[in-house]
Amino acid sequence: MTEPDIGPELVQLLTPDGRRVAHPRYDERVAHLDAAALRAMHRDMVLARRFDTEATALQRQGELALFAPALGQEGAQIGSARALAPQDMVFPSYREHGVLQVRGVDPVDVLSLFRGIDYGGWDPTATGVHLYTLVIGSQTLHATGYAMGVARDGLVGTGDPERDTAVIVYFGDGATSQGDTNESLVFAAVNQAPVVFFCQNNQWAISEPTARQSRVPLADRGKGFGIPTVRVDGNDVLACYAVAAEALERARTGGGPTFVEAVTYRMGAHTTSDDPSRYRTAEEEESWRRRDPIDRLRAHLTAAGELSDDDLAALEAEGDALGERLRREVRAMTAPAPESMFEHVYATAHAGVARERREYLAEAAARTAAAPVAGPSQGSTR
Amino acid sequence: MSLMTVTRTQQTTATGGTAAAATATGNGAAGVGPEAGAATLTMAKAINLGLRAALAADPRVLLMGEDIGTLGGVFRVTDGLQQEFGADRVVDTPLAESGIVGTAIGLAMRGYRPVCEIQFDGFVFPAFDQITTQLAKMHHRTRGAISLPVVIRIPYGGGIGAVEHHSESPEVLFAHTAGLRIVTPASPADAFTMIQEAIASPDPVIFFEPKSRYWEKGEVDLGRPYATPTGALDRARVVRRGTDATIVAYGPTVHTALRAADAAAEEGRSLEVVDLRAISPLDTDTVADSVRRTGRCVVVHEAPVAFGTGGEIAARITEACFYHLQAPVLRVGGYATPYPVARLEHEYLPSVDRVLDAVDRAVGF
Repeated sequence: MTEPDIGPELVQLLTPDGRRVAHPRYDERVAHLDAAALRAMHRDMVLARRFDTEATALQRQGELALFAPALGQEGAQIGSARALAPQDMVFPSYREHGVLQVRGVDPVDVLSLFRGIDYGGWDPTATGVHLYTLVIGSQTLHATGYAMGVARDGLVGTGDPERDTAVIVYFGDGATSQGDTNESLVFAAVNQAPVVFFCQNNQWAISEPTARQSRVPLADRGKGFGIPTVRVDGNDVLACYAVAAEALERARTGGGPTFVEAVTYRMGAHTTSDDPSRYRTAEEEESWRRRDPIDRLRAHLTAAGELSDDDLAALEAEGDALGERLRREVRAMTAPAPESMFEHVYATAHAGVARERREYLAEAAARTAAAPVAGPSQGSTR
Repeated sequence: MSLMTVTRTQQTTATGGTAAAATATGNGAAGVGPEAGAATLTMAKAINLGLRAALAADPRVLLMGEDIGTLGGVFRVTDGLQQEFGADRVVDTPLAESGIVGTAIGLAMRGYRPVCEIQFDGFVFPAFDQITTQLAKMHHRTRGAISLPVVIRIPYGGGIGAVEHHSESPEVLFAHTAGLRIVTPASPADAFTMIQEAIASPDPVIFFEPKSRYWEKGEVDLGRPYATPTGALDRARVVRRGTDATIVAYGPTVHTALRAADAAAEEGRSLEVVDLRAISPLDTDTVADSVRRTGRCVVVHEAPVAFGTGGEIAARITEACFYHLQAPVLRVGGYATPYPVARLEHEYLPSVDRVLDAVDRAVGF
């Protein structure tokens, strides 16, 4: 069997078969994690995967217009998110469902976007997670500007762990080619902004392999900007936690930005509209399946006698409950009132929007008045 | 062609030197503060003092841009502000327009009120994506949870003999995007108040500064408190009363329209001039009120006529006061060509003669 090409050396604390290996730099970052903490990471990853499975099924049933699965990237997402402090701010791309789960965003609110109800159902201020950004790389600049604001607010290097604040921005291998991402690295570097650039290199930007984005390992991108870089096994939740913890601490203490390349694999399709068999082999997918992030932590915990059948059964039940709730609440989501499209276009009154809203409501009322009394079969009007 | 036989004045849009960036400071009244009452100022100085008032009044206001700090901006609009408020408040940024706007969005999310300078009109396009897909939509997509009070100042328009990409009028490219306010002052007095209102607005504002008017002087009331609402971000203003036709202009063409009205008056014709001040929202009520009285409308802008503000006004006026119109709404503006070389721009820009020719066509229809 072939092994996946993972490039040059990368930080790893758990081997693909679940053995804990020593690392001179990062061992101390995970020394405080006991078995319960590792079980919690395992739980997070299992539930994130269950979310993926359920959402994909809901899309297949026509309940969601689209879904972007994070299947295979649970280690990178749960590990990095678990290293965040409550006051930290997250700028996701659009596949960070595991990060949102750790931050306490209601998974139902994630799916309202994919159902076509809103552009993200959660409050960015209350959750510390900005809305998903679909234009690739745009959010790297928002994160950098936000981090510059955090520094201006004096919330870096105070020595108070409950005040010092970091920003983390998630993006993929494709985004590293975007101008905005490169400009954000310039701005972050020259301003020493407290931001962690967390690149999940999942090997594929839809159909284009990472080789179409870069001649060098993506982690090397940071170096040219004067930003410390680290390359980590993205399917090793422990290593991702350790690397993110170090980078976030650097940001919070005034050490400036860090560029992290988490080497992982998008085991599923780009979205439910994609067909990966057109651009990659089953053998490649199989080679990465043997590096599954959940399997390796489960193997580690099981070998240590820290994950019982009862634990697994309880987790299965929790996943079932999540699935049941998602199915029920997603199906119950109805379209917003049509006139809501005219709301919040501006924060202050705008004559053009106000006029068109009036015209729309008048036309809609006229259509309703003209509509036949009979049921939906008459439906030339809505 | 003109139906009149009177010889008309030669168009003199260009206001001076050939290299705008080389224009010296000397924009008058240095040291005049908001407390000083009325003064005669250039538009550049009026904007400078408006920015100064904002920086003084609100610690969350930041200026960001290329060469705006130490140099004071290539047009010296930010002259002296970094010295007064420090490099943390008046920030020389990396040379990256998308980066300027994108980080301004992040700063605004954090509660700041960034005022970005784009050095020239033709350099805004690297930031076009951030402006139209992010800045304009954030308030709506967060269902009102986030407001982005970001101002983007853009010196725009021609008539200064500049090189390529330094004379364009891209306002409708932004006006077509919901979520942005598009405004442009035509006088030092409006420039002073409108920049303050733009900064105080919770909405993103694209603030187009008519660079050919930067050095024209006018009376400015410096005494009013910071960001006193004047309505200028929402409402057009009749700047000259007339009875025979309405000339709708904004930014640099208001001056052209007023000169055309002067010339027309000598010929016994009375033109009303409306300064739009805002492209979004477009105050069609004020324009329609005027057109109901005059029966004729000529829209004048430097931007290309095709798919432009004039076309939008023509449609709106046709809907609002069709039976008051004695002639079709006519448009005078740039042609469907790339902005021409400097030695030809006087043929491209709306001139007094072209405006008067359009008035003739409207009157003779």
